[in-house]
Amino acid sequence: MSDNDSQNDPNTPKGRKPTLPPGMGTPAAKKPTLPPGMGTPAAKKPTLPPGMDKPAAKKPSLPPGAPSGDGASGLTRADFASDQDVRWCPGCGDYAILATVQRLMPELGVPRENVVFISGIGCSSRFPYYMNTYGMHSIHGRAPTVATGLKASRPDLDVWMITGDGDSLSIGGNHIIHIMRRNVDLQIIMFNNQIYGLTKGQYSPTSEVGKVTKSTPFGSIDHPFNPIALVLGADAAFAARTMDRDPKHMKDILKRAHDFKGTGFVEVYQNCNIFNDGAFFDFTEKATKSDRAVFFEHGKPLVYAGGTKGLRLDGFNLKSIDLDEGSWGTDDCLVYDETSLELATILARVYWHDELPQPFGVFYREERPTYDAQVNEQVQSVIEARGKGSLADLLAEGDTWVVQ
Amino acid sequence: MRSKTVETLPEATVLFAGDSGDGMQLTGTQFTLATAHAMNDLATLPDFPAEIRAPVGTTYGVSGFQLHFGSVDIRTPGDEVDLLVAMNPAALVVNLDRVKPGGTVLVNSNSFEKKDLNLANLDSNPLEDGSLDKYRVIQVELTRLTRETLKDTDLNQKQIDRSKNMFALGLALWLYSRPIEPAQRWLESKFGRKPEIRDANLELLKKGFHFGETTEQFVTRYEVSPATLPPGRYRAVQGVQALAMGIVAAANKSGLPITYGSYPITPASDLLHALSRYKNHGIMTIQAEDEIAAIGMAIGASFGGALGITGTSGPGVALKSEAMGLAHITELPLVIVNVQRGGPSTGLPTKTEQSDLMQALFGRNGDAPMPVIAASTPGDCFEVAYEACRIAVKYMTPVVLLSDGYLANGSEPWLIPDPDDLRDFDVSFATETNAEVDGQEVFHGYIRDEGTLARPWAKPGTPGLEHRIGGLEKADGTGNVSYDAANHEKMTRLRAEKVERVQQDMKPLEVFGDESADLLIIGWGSTRGAIEAGVTRALNAGHKAAAVHLRWVHPLPPDLGEVLSRFDSFLVPELNNGQLVRILRDRFLLPFEAMNKIQGRPFGPSEIAKKIAEMVG
Repeated sequence: MSDNDSQNDPNTPKGRKPTLPPGMGTPAAKKPTLPPGMGTPAAKKPTLPPGMDKPAAKKPSLPPGAPSGDGASGLTRADFASDQDVRWCPGCGDYAILATVQRLMPELGVPRENVVFISGIGCSSRFPYYMNTYGMHSIHGRAPTVATGLKASRPDLDVWMITGDGDSLSIGGNHIIHIMRRNVDLQIIMFNNQIYGLTKGQYSPTSEVGKVTKSTPFGSIDHPFNPIALVLGADAAFAARTMDRDPKHMKDILKRAHDFKGTGFVEVYQNCNIFNDGAFFDFTEKATKSDRAVFFEHGKPLVYAGGTKGLRLDGFNLKSIDLDEGSWGTDDCLVYDETSLELATILARVYWHDELPQPFGVFYREERPTYDAQVNEQVQSVIEARGKGSLADLLAEGDTWVVQ
Repeated sequence: MRSKTVETLPEATVLFAGDSGDGMQLTGTQFTLATAHAMNDLATLPDFPAEIRAPVGTTYGVSGFQLHFGSVDIRTPGDEVDLLVAMNPAALVVNLDRVKPGGTVLVNSNSFEKKDLNLANLDSNPLEDGSLDKYRVIQVELTRLTRETLKDTDLNQKQIDRSKNMFALGLALWLYSRPIEPAQRWLESKFGRKPEIRDANLELLKKGFHFGETTEQFVTRYEVSPATLPPGRYRAVQGVQALAMGIVAAANKSGLPITYGSYPITPASDLLHALSRYKNHGIMTIQAEDEIAAIGMAIGASFGGALGITGTSGPGVALKSEAMGLAHITELPLVIVNVQRGGPSTGLPTKTEQSDLMQALFGRNGDAPMPVIAASTPGDCFEVAYEACRIAVKYMTPVVLLSDGYLANGSEPWLIPDPDDLRDFDVSFATETNAEVDGQEVFHGYIRDEGTLARPWAKPGTPGLEHRIGGLEKADGTGNVSYDAANHEKMTRLRAEKVERVQQDMKPLEVFGDESADLLIIGWGSTRGAIEAGVTRALNAGHKAAAVHLRWVHPLPPDLGEVLSRFDSFLVPELNNGQLVRILRDRFLLPFEAMNKIQGRPFGPSEIAKKIAEMVG
């Protein structure tokens, strides 16, 4: 297979066959759910991946089970799709994220012209080209800087930042921590696929130890980052995790990030079916999802496995408890408080745990002033205190003298 | 008390030198202010170590401030020093070779104890061993006189000793018949809330001034008559202040908000400091987490319809180069200020150099030319900053502005400009669709203006003009991503051609000196004063020469070829190892001779005059 072939190979995901996540409208069919744009009639937007030439149908390619509909703005999902061909590999988890964002947009009620998508470099960062909004595909790792400059000078805009695990945690590691502490009012969607896709399969800063890739034929030795723990360490004001295979959860989380006044950081587990297929299948596929993932919410007990198991706080540690066996009940489960940094820290560290489920939801939320608001307030307060500056006065400031 | 004789000088050069904690920069600045009030023309050269507080008394901790002033046209901080004020032996030995034979050396004789001499690595006392024989030495017990003056105050010993620079300042002001009032006014406002410190300093300043009058050591006092400068209101301005005000002027005249992103770096930090005070002039400043973030923020601001500016020095530009390429291909207005310092790598952070020219011209991946403008004097920084902003917006391009450590810290009298005299700075944002596809009105981000080749600037928030830009190659017109081979060549050429068209905005070159000379000196940046003063000296000595100075280094001025054609030999002085000279040789195939100085210090006029004499004499 040549390099180019690898990009266009329309393989369905390898490994276990994906099925519909629970809680999604239509009942699960027997056949595996195809990624958007494949098999089922594709819509105009996003257009077909390269190499696919089925005629487009009327219906937009929504994620399976997703309702379509008009939003408060009077715009529809299709209004947010650009005229550009989507060039991700068929079967890529990115399609689901694009479809979910395009579907969310009309519901937010923000005029399309006020929406801006800023990205870095990598597969995920092609995202702005597919959104019919303002957008900039910037340079590797630097999207937080461009987004910060834009939002600081134009606080009226609704800014979204798109990045990947390599883009934001490796080459852009410095910027991601600083945008977190500044709490710039924008949303960050970090596509985490635990691999470098666009450069064709090197291990990433979130890849597991021992990963065999093109650059690590004998296994990687780098200890991986835990993105949620990382951003919490950088004083993130909002940190959440969701997955590509659960568009409903993803949409809810993205909406919450958007509603949040400050940096809404959302890590999305995204399957790279070409270079890291099935990386998150434990958490996303029917056979294991129920036992290996816990979807937690503010004010609710941490319960999973269809209500048969829960998580209890034992000192600083979470313990799994069996709710069916009789000694424990739902009342024993930890009731989550997303405003508690302590709980967020404990939950974030449940990370690829052998005995505990991987958590999905809003880990942390802290209301605090945003950078863009403060920087503009400071400008305003100086103007109020000193008046609008006069250029002529400034030029003639200080000691002057006249030559006749 | 004998009355002193007064001698009138056409010009003089004074150098204050001491420990970096001795307040020499402040002393120099106040002497400069007084000199400006005396209506002399002037030029200054602060010279300080990279260390904030190097060990006291050592040679590497010496901080200096040189000032050249006169009734004549002053173009440089001076070749040779007439008066060296040395606060300790280290300051004396470091600077003695700059004092002209027969010049005056004023020392604090209390600081020549054995331990002071040891710190300066001296085996014997220069005040006693004859090494100062060719100078006029004036020993003043600065420490003792200061302590004596302030003995009845509540200040502690450290505070008292730290004030001795005011005694030295008072004495120097007296010696050159400068007014004492500007320094008094400054002290009153500076220490208004610390009356004890204020009064102590005022007392010392006065004591120093009177000391000159009463001591027998001075038989002569000097006077320097006012210079004949063009009429108008003046102030003393440092390059960095002028640059900041030029940016404010651009915000004012264009109506554009300006976002300045910067990361602290010597010698560019002062620009961040200055601009951060101008929030009520439409300037937003962001101290970024690093150099790349600083330019990224500026680019983001420009995308949003503000004018993004980032300022740094050479090492910072190296880090910004990828983002500069992004600004080039996205064709957004952006100004990158490089206050050059000695390189490579960390190099000489506090010293001046012109060695980032090639970096400005070519230091990016791919073919990514951008206009490069260079300031030539501290006051010129104002005009150059304004022009860089104007061109960036007019042509939708990043512009590199080259200053340097000498310009940034140096100062000169500045004829305060009238804002109404500045060139028009019009901005037009796209508000309507500009193309039709399948019967639909659409906006294409890369349809160009015929005159400037600029693409339209459409601000987010403008309905119907939603579009995407980015670092991938753009299709001509639509701005969509394109990997097409012929399109890439076309776009590369279009972007280069657009930059070339900046020539349309250039004023004709002016030839300085004797236009009938055979020799033409071509300079750029901060060497202008030294070159033109050197030419003047050469002409006075009967050596014919002319000079032309480049404000725009890229593109080169359209009339440069014609100017060159009038001369036979060419000299290109630069404070680097030969950079502009290579550009000129490549472009014009003429016998350009390089003249290079790479010592972290500016050229002196005598060096230029000597070279001219060698070439034409």
